[in-house]
Amino acid sequence: MSSNPAHHEGPDLRAEGLRLAYDDRVVVDGIDVAIPPGRITAIVGANACGKSTLLRALARLLSPRAGAVHLDGVALRSIPTRELAQRLGILPQSPVAPEGLTVVDLVGRGRSPHQTWWRQWSKSDEQAVHDALRATGMTDLAERPVDELSGGQRQRAWIAMAVAQGTPVLLLDEPTTYLDLAHQIDVLDLVKDLNRHEKRTVVMVLHDLNQACRYADHVIAMKAGAIAAEGAPAEVVTARTVEDVFGLRCQVATDPVSGTPMVIPVSRHHETPDAAAPAAGTPDRPAAPAQLG
Amino acid sequence: MTGLLSPRTARTVRSGPRLRARIAFRLTRPPVSGVLRPRLVVVGAGLALAGFLVFCLGMSVGEVPIGVTEVMRSLVGAGDPATALIVHELRLPRALTGLLVGIAFGMSGALFQTMTLNPLASPDMIGITQGAGAAVVAGVVLGWDAGPSTQSLGLLGALATALLVYALAWKRGTTGYRIVLVGIGVSWVCTSLTDYLMAYGGQFEAQASLGWLVGNLNGRGWGAVGPLATALAVLVPVALLLGRRLRTLQLGDDVAKGLGTPVQPVRLATLLTGVGLIAFGTAAAGPVAFVALAAPQVAQRLARTAWPPPLTAGLTGAVTVLTADLLAREAVPGTELPVGLVTGVLGAPVLLWLLVRANRVGSGG
Repeated sequence: MSSNPAHHEGPDLRAEGLRLAYDDRVVVDGIDVAIPPGRITAIVGANACGKSTLLRALARLLSPRAGAVHLDGVALRSIPTRELAQRLGILPQSPVAPEGLTVVDLVGRGRSPHQTWWRQWSKSDEQAVHDALRATGMTDLAERPVDELSGGQRQRAWIAMAVAQGTPVLLLDEPTTYLDLAHQIDVLDLVKDLNRHEKRTVVMVLHDLNQACRYADHVIAMKAGAIAAEGAPAEVVTARTVEDVFGLRCQVATDPVSGTPMVIPVSRHHETPDAAAPAAGTPDRPAAPAQLG
Repeated sequence: MTGLLSPRTARTVRSGPRLRARIAFRLTRPPVSGVLRPRLVVVGAGLALAGFLVFCLGMSVGEVPIGVTEVMRSLVGAGDPATALIVHELRLPRALTGLLVGIAFGMSGALFQTMTLNPLASPDMIGITQGAGAAVVAGVVLGWDAGPSTQSLGLLGALATALLVYALAWKRGTTGYRIVLVGIGVSWVCTSLTDYLMAYGGQFEAQASLGWLVGNLNGRGWGAVGPLATALAVLVPVALLLGRRLRTLQLGDDVAKGLGTPVQPVRLATLLTGVGLIAFGTAAAGPVAFVALAAPQVAQRLARTAWPPPLTAGLTGAVTVLTADLLAREAVPGTELPVGLVTGVLGAPVLLWLLVRANRVGSGG
């Protein structure tokens, strides 16, 4: 199936000439994207810029009006449904589990692309669910109903389901929505673990630029359905790009903990006299300490 | 495993490390594997036993009382020939109709409720039953009974209504929510149509329709059993096969698609299977109230699953219809009430009680 060159270290997910629309409303028009294999990619942008729409198209939840998404050189639309679900997993934004469904049942459903009606719980299913529960720290909560968990635990349970699916590519739509800060960090650390330890290619839509800088190797900044900037966080997240993409004046400092770019907004009430201070806010600021790969 | 039998403590016991809510089974050759839920098995076996007992009990009462053991004997072909005649020719068809109608309604409700993620979305709430009713009443009032039989009319009415609901709810695919909303609207149209036809028709025709509209097992012969049994032989396995797909559909359309479920084909197949079940059931016994709505919910709470289990829902439906029919015949001496009257009177409080109790325990409705 895979026609990608041998030097590739993972799945090759890319889109060309992508045009995405809901009914008559064109949301994304004519963009090309290549997802770096084996890395974490964050898609950022203002509300309604089309970032979730792009993610949905990458997962074939939305079929493009023009252009195509390719996985390992094959158009997504010509990959059989079950096979695609074995190669690419998607966790939509704020999914809801039916009342009373236990964590282990939820995670078990992640195995459905690998099951048939006569083989519903193979050894590899059991192993995958076991591993997913352990990787997400949910083993002790396995028998609890999902709706009784805290927001952070619930999100972990859903991620565990996506992990159990066992796909080399994992797409996450705003995995930190509605979580408090501690749980946001917790979930993102988990995503990073999955990327580092299990070599999964991750694409996630994130709201928080600073978190995108911290956790992503590659950032795609979108504005009005087009890609405004793309590259390593240190290249993309500059005062100029942030102002262009989000319409927000800011300074960009270096995150004292991670060494990645950190956006500090300038607001009408908080204008500092040294807004143009060196090392901050200039597009060609010195590269942040390398944190990539 | 003690928690299985004491519902009050099951919740705490289940979260403990020792109780197995699921038991995996795996064969190497053939490579068959799956998960057994002991509670589901126990509940299913209990319901099957209860169903069989009511089934036999229902055949023992009547103008000529026959002992339950005598009924069982004549079922297997032994015993007194005169008794066997009464059982086989008069009582067995009615009991079988009740049994099969209950299974059909319970399973159909389970399919609809799982598909739409909404316990209110049973076929008797979203117009399917009302569509069948309107078609049958139209047949009686407009004097079509010479042509298509009541059964075929009910079937056609149910199918046409279901397709209408599906088509009207279609907007870049369908969602469970839209099916419910559109269904409620269509349901009222059908009810109004039925009312109009009854007012328009003569007194005799209206009376005849009314007897059918309330849900009735009186005088059902082998002619009612045949088509229903054939339909169930096809539709029940299909419903069980769809169960695995519906399990992912419960997580929302996007998650289901991501897990490789062909969402719209599965939804359409579920709709058609559910409609087939309800249509053949309605054709045989009329729209027996509340069974399709309540049986799956009762089954879900008995089995403590997060979805209405289709087979258990079918068994619950069978027990409900058979018990209700027994009550309908015995409640008022000398009169046979229609079974739908009893399920309507009994079904509502049972459902309310379950909802209240579930809320108190904290597992919600």
